Amino acid sequence: MMLSSVIHALLIALAVIVLAPLAVGLYQGLDRKLTAACQGRKGPPLAQPFYDMLKLLTKQRALASPWQSFFATLYLFASITALVLFYLGADLLMIFFISAAGAVCFVISAIAVPSPYGHIGAQRELLQVLAYEPLLFLVIVGFYLVTGSFMLDTIAAYPAPLLLTLPLMAIVLGYVLTIKLRKSPFDISACHHGHQEIVRGVQTEFAGRTLAVTELAHWYEIALVLSILMLFWATSLWGALLLLAAAFVLEIIVDNVCARTSWSFMLINSWITGLTLAVINILWLQVG
Amino acid sequence: MLAKETISKIKELLAKAKVKSPWLLHFDCGSCNGCDIETLACLTPVYDIERFGIVNMGNPKHADILLVTGTVNHKNKKVLKNLYEQMLSPKVVVAIGSCALSGGIFKDCPNVVGGVDKVIPVDVFVPGCPAKPEAIIDGVVLGLQKLAAKTETAKTTAGKPSNRLKVKAKVKEKVKGKGK
Repeated sequence: MMLSSVIHALLIALAVIVLAPLAVGLYQGLDRKLTAACQGRKGPPLAQPFYDMLKLLTKQRALASPWQSFFATLYLFASITALVLFYLGADLLMIFFISAAGAVCFVISAIAVPSPYGHIGAQRELLQVLAYEPLLFLVIVGFYLVTGSFMLDTIAAYPAPLLLTLPLMAIVLGYVLTIKLRKSPFDISACHHGHQEIVRGVQTEFAGRTLAVTELAHWYEIALVLSILMLFWATSLWGALLLLAAAFVLEIIVDNVCARTSWSFMLINSWITGLTLAVINILWLQVG
Repeated sequence: MLAKETISKIKELLAKAKVKSPWLLHFDCGSCNGCDIETLACLTPVYDIERFGIVNMGNPKHADILLVTGTVNHKNKKVLKNLYEQMLSPKVVVAIGSCALSGGIFKDCPNVVGGVDKVIPVDVFVPGCPAKPEAIIDGVVLGLQKLAAKTETAKTTAGKPSNRLKVKAKVKEKVKGKGK
């Protein structure tokens, strides 16, 4: 009995580790295709993110500092752990703290190299973490207030879709997703494909294999935020997929419509809007 | 047998990925901006080179292909060399326009070194004054074939720890020499 449950857990972990990057890579590929279509272009092939990742592995090895590689690997390890724990039905608070530790490891690995550009990027990445972490925490608190538990098993087994009781919290998570996906207007530390920010922002000093490691860790992080989004409609698979599709389209529209803002605007805007929405939703729960 | 096949398939995939994802670094060595405008036109929806997976990078450490426009002079040859050295191999250099090829009409000026190939090794020469976007795309595609042919992998000599130590020792010797 004990052994079979361990094997079961290991199989789930393996499936998550393999399938998550495939899914997020496809998500990014679709994103580039649709963005190109919006701009009247053909765009790169669907598998482009995978080509980019594999190419980075073939590049010459170059380490600016051993600590950079160490903390980048820790970042990857933390984001994989957080995602695996999510699908094992663990405590959502613990997952939140592990993923936050991973995000900080990324900042440390960028700071480990004495480069002014990398440092500016790292500080901006830290500001991004500061902007989205309270919002993500409030979303998790919202789950607790409705379901009475931080355990994912209980939250996922809740009989009604959480979207009905926490609609404003879904918008708050949208803010988190925009910051995490490095989309305009909140792409101040580094941008996804093509755009530039003070050389390359937080990624400036990463190259070749180390860059691939941080990218992969970033994919796992996105997978985690998208998985939390799916919790809002955990009662039906189609509902969860519908939520994912809606988030995908909205993110692309926001990205194409908005210009990049300053870090102060991002911090103030995400906190004021996010906190207001979250507080209204929580008050509504208490009253109703 | 199966393991061998898998390994060869993975190698094929890696070789394919190398060509399918070229990231560009564009450096203007002091051109009249004619070639720069044509180069950047390739990124617009009209030519859309992102359909080949090409992305314009601002960071030499991420770039695979270096596009150089304009004449090299004594002031910027160090910058050009520095950018080239920061790029990780395998890498390819494409010189664009008459000035980058030979110095163009500025060839005999006292401040001009000449073509890009006098400072760094050039793989592809794209002629024209200014070079047409179609010609630049052709040049980049030719550069990609050269990139595929370059057999340098992650196991280049520069990346081996033993060599890194050697380099460190050399630097130390130099510092000591200066002290004397």
